[in-house]
Amino acid sequence: MTGGGRIGGFLLWAWTALVLAFLILPLLVVVPISFSSGAFLTFPIPGLSLRWYATLWNEAVWWRATANSLVVGTAATLIATLLGTLAALGLARASFRGKGLLTAVLISPMIVPLIIVAAGTYFFFLRLGIGSGLVGLTLAHAALGAPFVLVTVGATLKSFDANLARAAAGLGAPPATVLRRVTVPLIAPGMVSGALFAFITSFDELVVALFLTGPSERTLPRQMFDGIRENLSPTLLAAATILVLLSVVLLSLAEWLRRRGLKNRGIRA
Amino acid sequence: MIKPLSLGFAAATLGFLLAGPVQARDLTVTSWGGAYQDAQREIYFEPFAEKTGDKVVEDSWNGGIGVLRAKNEGGESAWDVVQVEADELVQGCEEGILEPLDWQELGGEDAYLDTAVNECGVGTIVWATVLAYDAAKFEGKEAPSSWADFFDTKTFPGKRALRKGPRQSFEFALMADGVPLEKVYEVLQTKEGVERAFKKLDSIKDDLIWWEAGAQPPQLLASGEVVMTSAYNGRITAANQEEGRDFGIAWDAGFVYQIDSLVIPSNSPNKKEAMDLIAFMVAPENQAKMPPKIPYGPTNKAALDQVPPEVSKNTPTDEANLPHGLFFDRDYWVDHTEAMTERFNAWASQ
Amino acid sequence: MSETVAPLAAPPSSGAIRRAKRRSDRARAWRAFGLTLPLLGFLLVFFLLPIADMLRLAVANDELARAMPAAATALRGWDGEGLPPEEVARTLAGEMRAAYEARTLADVAKRLNNDNPGYRSMLMATGRKLPDAPPDDALGALAAIDDAWNNPALWQAFRRAAAPWTDLYVLQSLDLERGPDGAIQARPEGQAVYRIILWRTFEISLLVTLACLVLAYPLAYKLAHLDEGTANLLMILVLLPFWTSLLVRSAAWIVLLQREGPINGFLQSIGLIDAPLALVFNRTGVLIAMTHVLLPFMVLPLYAVMRGIPKSHVRAALSLGSTPFTAFRRVFLPQTLPGIGAGALLVFILAIGYYITPALVGGADDQMLAYFVAFFTLQTVNWGMAAALASVLLVAVTALYFLYARVVGIDRIGVGG
Repeated sequence: MTGGGRIGGFLLWAWTALVLAFLILPLLVVVPISFSSGAFLTFPIPGLSLRWYATLWNEAVWWRATANSLVVGTAATLIATLLGTLAALGLARASFRGKGLLTAVLISPMIVPLIIVAAGTYFFFLRLGIGSGLVGLTLAHAALGAPFVLVTVGATLKSFDANLARAAAGLGAPPATVLRRVTVPLIAPGMVSGALFAFITSFDELVVALFLTGPSERTLPRQMFDGIRENLSPTLLAAATILVLLSVVLLSLAEWLRRRGLKNRGIRA
Repeated sequence: MIKPLSLGFAAATLGFLLAGPVQARDLTVTSWGGAYQDAQREIYFEPFAEKTGDKVVEDSWNGGIGVLRAKNEGGESAWDVVQVEADELVQGCEEGILEPLDWQELGGEDAYLDTAVNECGVGTIVWATVLAYDAAKFEGKEAPSSWADFFDTKTFPGKRALRKGPRQSFEFALMADGVPLEKVYEVLQTKEGVERAFKKLDSIKDDLIWWEAGAQPPQLLASGEVVMTSAYNGRITAANQEEGRDFGIAWDAGFVYQIDSLVIPSNSPNKKEAMDLIAFMVAPENQAKMPPKIPYGPTNKAALDQVPPEVSKNTPTDEANLPHGLFFDRDYWVDHTEAMTERFNAWASQ
Repeated sequence: MSETVAPLAAPPSSGAIRRAKRRSDRARAWRAFGLTLPLLGFLLVFFLLPIADMLRLAVANDELARAMPAAATALRGWDGEGLPPEEVARTLAGEMRAAYEARTLADVAKRLNNDNPGYRSMLMATGRKLPDAPPDDALGALAAIDDAWNNPALWQAFRRAAAPWTDLYVLQSLDLERGPDGAIQARPEGQAVYRIILWRTFEISLLVTLACLVLAYPLAYKLAHLDEGTANLLMILVLLPFWTSLLVRSAAWIVLLQREGPINGFLQSIGLIDAPLALVFNRTGVLIAMTHVLLPFMVLPLYAVMRGIPKSHVRAALSLGSTPFTAFRRVFLPQTLPGIGAGALLVFILAIGYYITPALVGGADDQMLAYFVAFFTLQTVNWGMAAALASVLLVAVTALYFLYARVVGIDRIGVGG
């Protein structure tokens, strides 16, 4: 290699390191401050303490917000996974006219800006009488999460050997049994990672929540949003740290699934 | 086996969701957040919840008649008791989005300051928007002492912050431009007066940050983001008392003071409980507990006498401060808030 | 879900087989389509219908007809020249007073105020001051209450509010309005802001897309040329922010970028700057935070494409005597174009709809279209305007979405490219 190449190689490494630092730095900065013994968001922290976690623990609003987020996230994920998996099976099974358009429509919740979803559902749900409350939010989040399931299950199905199902049917298994004993186990990694995406989508979603929830239905992002605007305190960073931890767990889970399903190929994440 | 478990979970979740709307919503009170609402929680909401056994849920907002109107669209309001500013009270009452109060339960109109009485609302505090700064940053230097100083970025370099919107910003701009207190609204009635206010604001537009929540100004001062800011006077004193800050208030610079009222949205499902909470909050013995925590003046005449002098000096209605105060012209802002907000937003977003 | 089996009794002709096959294909297609129906139905009701209904709101105009039906009918019959006949004015004055008493006048006042800010308080005041019985000289009585009633412009605004549909909001969202003669004209300065905001939305999105590309391309290149284990390890650093709450990241950026925050502190301590830089609550903050949020959406498709490019291609070019740069430019770069297209379009599409990040780390003049949709919905209850601006955004996104479908393909969207 030439000298120029070596310099180029070094620059490439430096750039890579810088960009990775840029990506990870914000997550690293919240963690130490949340353990600060002082009330201000500055470095270096005066001392270590768990006082902000204690404050967080004692605040009822955060518990309520967590409960709301979990309920909405779980319910939305169940709906999204069921509907998304069925649709993915349908799309993978045959080609028919208008399939491209149908796919585009089914995937569109991933692309339509949240603000449009939020405003649309707000106007519409108000008249249905579910304008505020967890039901409306759950339905909207299910719509937002379903395409993720569709995509991940669809990717699994691409490498899915349809002959396996046919063989099972040929050996006399009724369709329901084929589905339960052959198809579902094979696409399970796709379903689970799709469900994970659907869950994190709901769990992190704020715009629709801003429009559709009142004070009793406040979700975690909503609680964080008000906190950031009003009083960016170490308590908030304690909550943020817990959320970072959660994302580490979810990411590890998704990665593990991806590797497990790698032999099926197709789950990209 | 995962299946029965997840099915059970699904059923439980669905049950929870469906059961949600059937039971009545908890009493919800909406105030202005931050240190002030913390104090309200301690002296009003929690004792009330304890007394009645009802749960009190809180929300916070930053004002705006439009927000009240939005809450009135379709179905039940998510809020039961709201603390509003004077012009929102008048407009909301006229538009039928606020419920007339039961003044009998409040002890009759005569028990309160005249300016605190309205068909749909009862005054709860007298508060002021003031010029505040971090005294620690001005050690050995001259601190700002007038609104002209606020607009003087040469002598006092750095960012400054105002409440987003035309209200108070116009008043302060004209004060800085040399309009005497008693002439401010007279000037604002004219087209030229409004232009003058915009022109003054425009002169420091690049150095201005706009805050919305009352808890923001102390934050902005504490983080050094701004050198001075307009602020609700109680938040500044609270930051000094509770966080050991050394924030200063330039009372002499002039300030705008006004009355906040408690109202009930007309589509609230909990009107009875809401009325009880309001009556609890404006009772003299309870009102008197607020000034020592957050120095906003009471509106119940019986509570006025109970404010000790060392607390009074931090309130806008203190003898020393009042001469520098401009009483918020409710009628002017009832007529002009919306048109001016529209113009202001167009100006600020460019 | 049972398979249809062709009868085997007699050997079928080839035509019959083809027909049977076509029949069974069609049945398969229908069953496949049937499986997508639950999701399609769900999305129709809870996703597409609300959006379609929102588009309707952009032209809906029924406030006057609901609160004051007789006046609306009378106004529709009027030719719109000068002041209306006394009959029309009297109907309007009578119904207006009744609407004030019934507390429904506010809806009408709100509608007229959308046409001309300032009308709301004037109309509410008129309703307050009108006598209960319709006055004999209605035009005169109205004019006595407020001079505005002498101005044909107010009556024309009423006439517009009486029509079944309105183009008011769509025009306003493009900084246009109807003049006194009904012709479309530009809105006066000071009210014309939406083109600026639309342009700003595109500008910020474009800058963020470019920043993402510049940051992501070398990173993806490096990762694609590492062994898979190391690459996967480093990829975790890309994916972790991707899985972390947007709110957490916004909060972190505010802490990092604030005046007395670590970045300013660091820059000052190494002597690069004397006074702290303003990095947050302005455009800089918005660009930094949005780039951070959207960067993974650029890295992932680029990485996927680059991994798929055989190393032998560049090696072949080198061995044929081309310089490393030429080999990169002529052999490698063209093959990554699909990845660039996918990443850039995705980032751009996501960026133009952004609301939360600019709202938290931007200033008043950094807000994009989405902010104003929220503002008109939640702060001023001007649903028409919210719907019109959302429609503009929707049109832009739909166009880009189709472009994406054309260039990249629908099935490659989303989760990691």
